[in-house]
Amino acid sequence: MRWRLVVPVVVVLALIVLLGYSLTRSPDVLPSALIGKAAPAFDLPTIASQRDRITNKDLEGNVTLVNVWASWCVACRAEHALITEISQRTGVPVVGLNYKDTREAALRWLGRYGNPFAVVAFDGSGQVGIDWGVAAVPETFVVDRSGTIRYKVVGAITREEMNDTLIPKLKKLQQES
Amino acid sequence: MRRLTWILVALMVATPAAGAVSLNETQLTRYHELTADLRCLICQNRSIAESDVPLAKDLKAIVAKQIAAGRSDGEIKQYLVDRYGEWVLYDPPFQMSTWLLWVGPFVLLLIGLVIVAVVMRKRRETTPEPALDRERLARVLNDDPPPSQPSHKDS
Repeated sequence: MRWRLVVPVVVVLALIVLLGYSLTRSPDVLPSALIGKAAPAFDLPTIASQRDRITNKDLEGNVTLVNVWASWCVACRAEHALITEISQRTGVPVVGLNYKDTREAALRWLGRYGNPFAVVAFDGSGQVGIDWGVAAVPETFVVDRSGTIRYKVVGAITREEMNDTLIPKLKKLQQES
Repeated sequence: MRRLTWILVALMVATPAAGAVSLNETQLTRYHELTADLRCLICQNRSIAESDVPLAKDLKAIVAKQIAAGRSDGEIKQYLVDRYGEWVLYDPPFQMSTWLLWVGPFVLLLIGLVIVAVVMRKRRETTPEPALDRERLARVLNDDPPPSQPSHKDS
């Protein structure tokens, strides 16, 4: 007769643990298919940059942050200051991927809020965004020296995420040879 | 009026978001089946066929374009899986990360059946069949009054 008491208690406890665990996970954040893989190839024109074009080959040699953004993206404005801060604190160049935007709107946005990017690639059609598996802007990729994607942030970067995860990761990758 | 509605519906269904590409009937069937089998990444729990989110429109355009270019369903799915992961498939393959998804419902069903079997066996053991009181049954059926206490003394 004892098991009659024990079984429901165990089941309920297991359920509580399971539901509690799922509370800590956001259903919106999907694992990226690209982590550990080479950055997808692209060859794009730039805006507000010194060079005319940028390709995936240009990502090699340096640890880089690739930030997918758009002028119509509200969350991009929220993380804008942090992008600048990450770049300043780590010395990692940030490549902006301007996703499904117009040149005029993008330039206006950069003029109004400041340009945190070393280079801005212009992806008006969004094809490169799709190649990079972008579901919604903003998304931020950490690319190592060999041009391999090592980490991805979905949604706007928070200060906590920057301090606890992104900056340590970038510094560690910079030390790798 | 009704006919007009049907024509409009038919037009809407027949025109893939691609716009530029035109598909023949078999390709169109494939397009509809394939887009219904691909999950929208932003509006989760909907297929890209059901969704009007910009990304879903882009992906539908890609599917249409690739069908027109003669790519197989498998190739098109692989193209999307390479970018968005197995998550885009509504019909994910059986593998390490998905075995629980596939096996889970059957395991739960099995557990349920075992519980039912155990409970039924227990019940059969603990409650004996009620003994049939033939005398009382006959009385009820014949609508006889209950027998009065023996009254031979009076007679």
